[in-house]
Amino acid sequence: MDYKKLVKGGLAALMALSMTACGNSGSSEGSGSSTEGGAGAIKLGASGPITGNAAVYGLAVQHAAEIAIEEVNALGGTQIEMNFQDDQADGEKAVSAYNALMDWGMQISLGTVTSGSGQAVAPNYAQDNIFAITPSGSSTAIIYRDATNNTDPYGVMFQMCFTDPNQGTASADYLKAHSELGSKIGIIYRSDDNYSTGIYNTFKAEADKLGLTIVDTETFVDSDTDYSVQVKKLADAGADIVFLPIYYQPASQILVEANKQGYTPKFFGCDGMDGILTLENFDTSLAEGLYMLTPFSADAEDEKTANFVKKYTDKYGEVPNQFAADAYDCIYAIKQAIDNAGITSDMSTDDITAAMIKEFTSMTFDGITGLSMTWSESGEVSKAPKAVIIENGVYVGVE
Amino acid sequence: MAFLSYLISGLGLGSVYAIIALGYSMVYGIAKMLNFAHGDIIMAGAFASFFAMTAAGMPLIAAAAIAMVLCTLLGVTIERLAYKPLRNASSLSVLITAIGVSYFLQNAAQLMFGSDTKIYPTVLNGSFSLFGGQLSVSYLSIVTILTCVVIMGALTLFINKTKTGKAMRACSEDKGAAVLMGINVNRIISITFAIGSGLAAVAAVLLCAAYPSVYPTLGSMPGIRAFTAAVFGGIGSIPGAFLGGLMLGVIETFAKAYISTQLSDAIVFAVLIIVLLIRPTGLLGKKVSVKV
Amino acid sequence: MKGLLNWLFGAKRRSRTISFMIVIVSYIVLSLMIASGSLSRLMISLLVPVCAYIVAALGLNLNVGISGELNLGQAGFMSIGAFTAVILSGIFSANGMNPVLILLICIIAGAVMASVIGWLISVPVLKLQGDYLAIVTLAFGQIIMSLVNNLYVGFDANGLHFAFVTNTLELAEGGKMLISGPMGATGVSTASTFTAGFILVLCALFVVYNLIDSRSGRAIMAARDNRIAAESVGISVSRTKTLAFVISSCLAGAAGALYALNYSSFVATKFEFNDSILLLVYVVLGGLSNMSGTIISTALLVILPEMLRFLQFYRMLIYAVVLIVIMLVSNNEWLKVKAEQLKKKLTGKRKGVQQS
Repeated sequence: MDYKKLVKGGLAALMALSMTACGNSGSSEGSGSSTEGGAGAIKLGASGPITGNAAVYGLAVQHAAEIAIEEVNALGGTQIEMNFQDDQADGEKAVSAYNALMDWGMQISLGTVTSGSGQAVAPNYAQDNIFAITPSGSSTAIIYRDATNNTDPYGVMFQMCFTDPNQGTASADYLKAHSELGSKIGIIYRSDDNYSTGIYNTFKAEADKLGLTIVDTETFVDSDTDYSVQVKKLADAGADIVFLPIYYQPASQILVEANKQGYTPKFFGCDGMDGILTLENFDTSLAEGLYMLTPFSADAEDEKTANFVKKYTDKYGEVPNQFAADAYDCIYAIKQAIDNAGITSDMSTDDITAAMIKEFTSMTFDGITGLSMTWSESGEVSKAPKAVIIENGVYVGVE
Repeated sequence: MAFLSYLISGLGLGSVYAIIALGYSMVYGIAKMLNFAHGDIIMAGAFASFFAMTAAGMPLIAAAAIAMVLCTLLGVTIERLAYKPLRNASSLSVLITAIGVSYFLQNAAQLMFGSDTKIYPTVLNGSFSLFGGQLSVSYLSIVTILTCVVIMGALTLFINKTKTGKAMRACSEDKGAAVLMGINVNRIISITFAIGSGLAAVAAVLLCAAYPSVYPTLGSMPGIRAFTAAVFGGIGSIPGAFLGGLMLGVIETFAKAYISTQLSDAIVFAVLIIVLLIRPTGLLGKKVSVKV
Repeated sequence: MKGLLNWLFGAKRRSRTISFMIVIVSYIVLSLMIASGSLSRLMISLLVPVCAYIVAALGLNLNVGISGELNLGQAGFMSIGAFTAVILSGIFSANGMNPVLILLICIIAGAVMASVIGWLISVPVLKLQGDYLAIVTLAFGQIIMSLVNNLYVGFDANGLHFAFVTNTLELAEGGKMLISGPMGATGVSTASTFTAGFILVLCALFVVYNLIDSRSGRAIMAARDNRIAAESVGISVSRTKTLAFVISSCLAGAAGALYALNYSSFVATKFEFNDSILLLVYVVLGGLSNMSGTIISTALLVILPEMLRFLQFYRMLIYAVVLIVIMLVSNNEWLKVKAEQLKKKLTGKRKGVQQS
């Protein structure tokens, strides 16, 4: 018993030591990964999952943001220094990450990568009056205090991606306008996920309003590995178009399962579907004819996209997805606002935030996820969702 | 017909659970520990066979063999380094260590292989029709179920007929007496871990063949399900693990098909609770009466 | 004075006094550090969750250490407390009630709700033994999570509205969703403070120690050590075990309420199996039945991953290694013997000095 106490005492001493050690390093150089900027660099904070289940999204944002910041800093003008903290896609950890960033001296933020984390820290940003634009947190609860009626915006929170309701409505509208795709709609969504249920609920509401026929709705949860029941039930219900408001990993499993069962409806996804072609060892022929609404396509031939995709692929050995593209755009949008407003790192955060909000609500931004983007005062982005279809393993734009 | 088709896919899923549960149950029976890292051995097996097939271009059988060898080595190494020093510690200390090992394996896999999903190669696609095409059964489900039955039969024979098997039963019955009878308990425990981990590799290949995604936390949910299955059937009992696994798979599939996909998790656990209330030591578990 | 010291540090009350002292001294030191601005924001933001986890872990230790039943579903009870608190806080804050009062009501309500459900669950759970009991607590934890994840609660001028699985609620003008299924609780008005957490930890300690030192507490431990012997002297084992289980869930519920009102948003999957396991890790590392150990180990293990932030994506790997190493080292026979020898040497010397 006493021996255990000794061990614990030792452990406590060790912790105390590391605490002071971190305290010191925290104040001088930051304890997260910093992308160095030159003198007078503006301190940009960000948090997202880089360990755990959702790490793939956090790492995509971190990598893309680093590439963009390197480019921006190389231009010689505005210098940005980024500190990216791990939040494991967990609200509690996100608040810790936020406070670690504040200890570091964050002036502008990329917010959080995931919605759940974003909802938890949004009030902190509002309270401390720090400007944040999230690349991929698509829940309306990130920008609105009252997410029921989407009113009472925080004012400092902005989004680069579409909100979930926006995507649900747009998808239903698209299916209404293109009834040749199919008239009997089947849906599979993830019932324990914010993003997926968010899109589903508005899709359902809009579909009911437009008089679309939903023949069957199936769900799955994170822990599920078996999709055979869901696919079979859709097939039995005779759905000829299947709406998948889910991320590409489970979607790939559903495509495989449908192929196995010989079920060949049309599939329709949202921006979370982007990335399906880059899954390692995925038989892309299964995704032939898959429709999705996405603002980004890694195959686009414009110079900006090509440059970004090439750099990202060279550096990390994989093709960037939607998350990465949104993060890349965030950095350039931030740079544009900083340049326009003449923000410098010695300004107070209140002044920086006021200037950033003023710029974002008035400027127009051209990025790789859309042209002529604008932001409303509540922080919602306005850009056109593009419908694409996968043909011969690449995205092809459709009307 | 829909009923039969759900039943077969349920049995397929259940067979995978059963193979994992066999490993769980054996380790529990002999080392008296809940090896929470068992699911992560499955993950290791999945990655090993994935890379053997995609990077080295091996056929399925060779890849499965490699995965089995690697998992066996991994299992025995973990046992040596992390569990053996705790042989005389409380079972909770071992449990916590197993959880530490589980975290370690998941994070190490993420650092080594990245966190994005990889798609397992298609093995054994295709199906045959019964009842004039009304019911289609995939070859994979049949192979999975057969593999499970063969493994279960082989294990039963091994435990009952071989000398090592007898030694295992002796250890699970009474370790102290086993030592007195000249049984090398440490060796028996190592063998148990080796077999359990080898089975995990087989389960990994079958799991990924049916549900072809490979990622670092792949093992945790099947791990918990298999633990549930092992308890369901009576932990420590080999036929119990087999039966528990199959039933769990079927219940899960039926719950999804006929009640609700949202609540299938809750339903599976509710059934488990009811079964345990009726049979407090699982379906085939032994009643342990404490002597005064 | 000497009498008081004897009373405080006598064999009977020693561990109790030490636990209370640890908590009170830490509170004073930390408060001073906050006042003088020498504590980082990160550390300050961890204080309330640490208090919540300590309370839940103390409850779990009552269950696992004192009563000897492995409970793998403690996070489920935190979840009940947390979501009860969210609903009540949504109602009361709409009426503009004082946050301190809201917090108090929510903690009490969370504790009561978790106790009631804990009592209901204990009926089937305590019929089982050992690992069968453990798996059933795990099952209940998962069921609670799954149910809450499908729960929709809204509040408007007409009162509370509930929906299950699909959101069918149509709220009147000015209505507000309190819990929206997988989106979790949003827009919670935060009310928890470090002081409230500190008081709650004190209350939890008070409850736990009074139970241990009471007649029921001794009965619980007797039942743990030898069920048959305990029954033979007339102890109702199932009654005593139920008592420990209910108090444990009560503390978890209170902890959940404190936790909930510290964050403006959280989801049901926050309280899943892995979090139950983490609480168990805190308890085992701190030592079974050792309350001050639980407090220290909980605080350290919640803070540890935050302190490892500089390691970036290696941090969870290192955390796992630390966990394994602590378990191996603290159970190492050879080191144990050495430590005993060292201790004997030291205490032997001290005795020698006293004698001379």
